[in-house]
Amino acid sequence: MSKGTLSKEIIEHIAKLAKLNLSATQIEKFQPQLASVFGYISKIQTLKTNGVMETSQVTGLENVMRDDMVDEKRMLSQDEALRNAKRTHNGFFVVDAVLKEF
Amino acid sequence: MLLDKTIQELHKGLVNKEFSVFDIVKECYDHIEQSQRKLNAFITVVDKDAALKQAMEKDKAISSSSLLYGIPFVLKDTYVSRGIRTTCASRVLGDFISPYNATVLQKLLDAGAILIGKMNMDAWGHGATSENTDFGPVRNPWDATRVAGGSSGGCAVAIAARMAVFAIGEDTGGSIRNPAAWCNITGLKVTYGRVSRYGCIAYASSFDTVGPMAKTAEDCAVILGVIAGKDPYDATSSSNDVPDYVNIMQTKKVKNVVIGISKEFYGDGLDSDIRQAIFDAQKVFKDMGVIIKDISMPLFDYGIPVYYLIGPSETSSNLARYDGVRYGNRRDYFTEETTRRIMMGTHALSTGYYDEYYRKAQKARTLFIKEYEKMLSVCDVVLMPVTPTHATKIGEFANDPLKNLLVDVYTVSQNPVGVPSLALPCGFSQSKLPIGMQIVGKMFSEDLLFALGHQYQSRTNWHTQKPSL
Repeated sequence: MSKGTLSKEIIEHIAKLAKLNLSATQIEKFQPQLASVFGYISKIQTLKTNGVMETSQVTGLENVMRDDMVDEKRMLSQDEALRNAKRTHNGFFVVDAVLKEF
Repeated sequence: MLLDKTIQELHKGLVNKEFSVFDIVKECYDHIEQSQRKLNAFITVVDKDAALKQAMEKDKAISSSSLLYGIPFVLKDTYVSRGIRTTCASRVLGDFISPYNATVLQKLLDAGAILIGKMNMDAWGHGATSENTDFGPVRNPWDATRVAGGSSGGCAVAIAARMAVFAIGEDTGGSIRNPAAWCNITGLKVTYGRVSRYGCIAYASSFDTVGPMAKTAEDCAVILGVIAGKDPYDATSSSNDVPDYVNIMQTKKVKNVVIGISKEFYGDGLDSDIRQAIFDAQKVFKDMGVIIKDISMPLFDYGIPVYYLIGPSETSSNLARYDGVRYGNRRDYFTEETTRRIMMGTHALSTGYYDEYYRKAQKARTLFIKEYEKMLSVCDVVLMPVTPTHATKIGEFANDPLKNLLVDVYTVSQNPVGVPSLALPCGFSQSKLPIGMQIVGKMFSEDLLFALGHQYQSRTNWHTQKPSL
């Protein structure tokens, strides 16, 4: 598989990485759409960038620090923190198990 | 109509008791009742009785402490608000109620402004038409079969249809400027870091900017003066002083300011009415004593690739937090467009493709910064269209995601660089659809952009035109 072509297998792989449960129909639909978008943006390969540094932000700021103090104005009570959760148990968030029992 | 007035006129009227806060808020709700069903600009309208009660309380103690005292406004639904749901136009958030306020909202409330609604948009900021929403598309008040632009579409419609005095939008790659152009209002993409992003739901963190949308450059200057400044809760916010924008806007001389125009902006893809409107605007600027200069932007065509590699990469990371555990619903609820953008970013960042896409785009970003530095060393500001076409028909791009991305061609290259851009009305198409232009300046040159915009608007009346509803 040469780079630049977005096969169905790559689409399935991306969906898995992004934790998206896509149906077979959705994968069929997204494959040509994403291939066409990447076909266009791959134009970037024609730009000469030898020796150019990367930019990740434009603030010019570095290592912005704050005092290591608790800001009580921003503290949430347990009740406030849990209020938007669909599933709670004894004051905790409930998550799906990620480990299997042997 | 009170809502045709500028913020300074409203303030003067309130202080002189010519009308009340109640009158202004009431007029907003009258217009909401008249137009919301048709235009679908709001996701959440603040309870009318509660807003009117607030207005009456403000009327008891009219204050000149802030020009925004008693002024009703709306927020793009990407800003969290205590006690009022925040959806980001996505069923993934559902009826999320934030336990805290975004800094921009808190500053406006502290100034005495009154929040009356949270506005429809492209979910998570993903779009240029406000059709990528779980709340139905926003419709253009100039032609309801067309889109409002996006992603801050609901905000622009609220101003054009006089449903609020001003709005706070959010611009990651044109999301304030594009709907401003298509709805005939004025909107500012601020310098990155000029306004705190705390409480603004992240799309692409290194591009996202919080900015005003209103009828005039003057109103935008008033609003920016209130919302700009360092915020300890956003480490990327700038500690640069906030100038007295309103005063500078009125007094700054624009004679001999140099406006750069590049031939790259006027290629085949540009609509002929828009081309003509920008040429006509140049004549107005010349009459103001401004100098028009030809410049060149060879990288122009690489704007879309850079934006659509870095933006989706950052969004795939930002949206990874939505797992339905602490709030909201599961990831299956993302719309198709959002799913595509998450997948684009995931692909660009994945092993084997990172160097070819993400790293390459970050290098190209450096070249864009240099390109803008070069352009803005031979001129003070750059003038360009906001969009290549007029507002599209609802559903026109539904099955062509690439075409949808290309609408952003003029607005995507400023965000990776960080420079500010003011979008303002400059004409109409033959079929009476609004046309916008944008003036792009150096980092933190909002004062000059306001001066140019304000003086242009004092010589033209495009911005005073409003749709018949």
